[in-house]
Amino acid sequence: MTSAQPAVVARDLSRTFGAFVAVDRVSFDVAPGEIFGFLGSNGAGKTTTIRMLCGLLAPSGGSATVLGFDVGREAAEIKRRIGYMSQRFSLYSDLTVEENLRFWGGAYGLFGREIAARTEWAIATAGIEGQRHTLVRELPGGFRQRLALVAALLHQPPIVFLDEPTGGVDPEARRRFWDLIDTLSGTGTTVFVTTHSMDEAERCHRVALMHAGRLLALDSVPALKSVFAAGAIVEVTCHHPVAAMAAIERLPGVEDVALFGDRLHVVLAHAPAEGVAAIVQELRGEAPVVTKVPPSLEDVFIHMIARAEGRAA
Amino acid sequence: MNDRAQGAGLSAQRINGNGAVRHHRGTVREALRTLGNILVKELLQLRRDPKILPILFIAPVIQLVILGYAATTDVRRVELAVCDLDHTAASRELVERFTRSTYFKRTAVVASQPGLDALLQSGTARIALTIPVGFAAERAAGRPGSVQLLSDGSDAMTGTLGLSYATDVLQDASAAGDAQPLVELRPIVLYNPDLVSRNYMVPATLAMIIMVMTMMLTAMALVRENELGTMEQLLVTPLTPGQLIIGKLIPFALVGLVEVFTALPVVLFWFGVPLRGSFATLILLTLPFMLCTLGLGLFISTLAQTQQQAMMLTAFVFILPQMLLSGFAFPIQNMPEIFQLVTFLVPLRYYLVILRGVFLKGVGFAVLWPEAVTLSGMGVVILLLARVRFRRRLG
Repeated sequence: MTSAQPAVVARDLSRTFGAFVAVDRVSFDVAPGEIFGFLGSNGAGKTTTIRMLCGLLAPSGGSATVLGFDVGREAAEIKRRIGYMSQRFSLYSDLTVEENLRFWGGAYGLFGREIAARTEWAIATAGIEGQRHTLVRELPGGFRQRLALVAALLHQPPIVFLDEPTGGVDPEARRRFWDLIDTLSGTGTTVFVTTHSMDEAERCHRVALMHAGRLLALDSVPALKSVFAAGAIVEVTCHHPVAAMAAIERLPGVEDVALFGDRLHVVLAHAPAEGVAAIVQELRGEAPVVTKVPPSLEDVFIHMIARAEGRAA
Repeated sequence: MNDRAQGAGLSAQRINGNGAVRHHRGTVREALRTLGNILVKELLQLRRDPKILPILFIAPVIQLVILGYAATTDVRRVELAVCDLDHTAASRELVERFTRSTYFKRTAVVASQPGLDALLQSGTARIALTIPVGFAAERAAGRPGSVQLLSDGSDAMTGTLGLSYATDVLQDASAAGDAQPLVELRPIVLYNPDLVSRNYMVPATLAMIIMVMTMMLTAMALVRENELGTMEQLLVTPLTPGQLIIGKLIPFALVGLVEVFTALPVVLFWFGVPLRGSFATLILLTLPFMLCTLGLGLFISTLAQTQQQAMMLTAFVFILPQMLLSGFAFPIQNMPEIFQLVTFLVPLRYYLVILRGVFLKGVGFAVLWPEAVTLSGMGVVILLLARVRFRRRLG
């Protein structure tokens, strides 16, 4: 094996539950040391994909390998070599920090001096010194999240799968968590992370956009945003944004319109000048303020979904 | 700091693949350490549960005391109504024989038979004795005197027992008189000469406690891991389903043994039930039964989504039928044939034979091996089935 070999390879990976297609012929490669983001709304198929890659769920079609092992046939080999942090908090809340670390380390065959050393590493890395004898249920949410991450890293896996790891923690805790992910990636660990948060996706090296079981796009964040290179995004503030949406949609050169809180984001197919003029003309009396804004990942995501659904319709 | 650098840096060298990652399958020592790791975790969790100690140590004693007193089929002081139409010395003597015995309590005396109906209907009397006119005359003539006994069949247990006590009294009376019966019955009851129902009900209650505790705790513990999401985390580790199952069952087998040790003093010293066999035999023959109950607990955990469901399933689908079809509540011989066949599938049935054998008959493995072997076989089959379901559920 060379270091250039992908950590994960998925080819037409599919999973159905009865008639429901949860994951529909998804293909991608993940490079070693990469922070690979899986972005999508709930029910997009992110968790199903991750569970297949971790050997928890058999694929219904296609294939995938993790570290060169087939997810269907060699799940046992994969389990020994990966770290996994599920959506739900999954440490024992009635055990202390240290008891949890010792148990989960033991589950990966770490005993004696090895687990003692790794426990110290985990406590230091998670930044929870002084809490080693605290029951996990008494820890603040951010601490627990970091503890769950380091618990998944005790056996020093070359790849770690994180399924919406920062649900329900405050922004500061979330930032610290992502600092930890950056450190990991810096030392060569591959990080496969699902999220529905755009901020988190911005911190990934590459982002895969999932919607309704399908992979809509896969690229680095700047490359994804370059989809708007020929046109522009303008932000419109006015008195009645919901009513204005329909009016703007009908204008020539407008690709789509999305509501962002109390403002509208309008995707223009061409350079902004004439489009902006048309919008101002259309919304006269609404006191519109139209500004060109840099595209956000959310713009990309909404645009991709609209395009995919337009194609499907 | 050193640890940290070492820990963080190592992923880079491991990324190249399988060679560097340890294989920890194979040696017995590794397997035992893995199992020990799970056991320590389970025992720590049991210790942390504030509700578990009362459940483990106090509940069984309370259950035993309540069931030991309530689950008794002995009937004493059956309410008796008397209607003596003969009014002779012989008839009075017969009535006295009834009232002298501790089995009957005379609650009413009426002058005419129709009065008895009302007493039986209201439940004031369970048994009504009528001595007709001419009873003494018949006896004097050397012929058997007839009496009438009415029994309240709506409470079948008391009614039937009352009737049989009454027959005993009448038999005694005729034996005391001149009329010699042709055949003299001298029944001898073995093992439990006074037929104290407590002597077999209390050990049976012990069986119930073991069954409820091991089955329910196992089912709930596994379902709780599902509910909390820790089961999924366990499944991505290299731990095999077999290791997980064994690691779960051993702690609850220990719990079952703790139950026996807690409840046994109550059985022996409070209720005075004799333990004629050896204590070691009792424990040894309890293990195959626990194999079944633990296996059923595991099986239930694969059916239930929540701890509440697990509890309901345990109580109504797995415990109640066992109580009814094991001989615990009703004699198996009295059941329709089809149900008698079903009882062969009920683990409790065999364990009750073992318990009564060890406690009252003082027999051991030489006699009870068929039950022990059957229970072991059932236990293994149940565990294998549960394991298949356990695995399938994860896929």
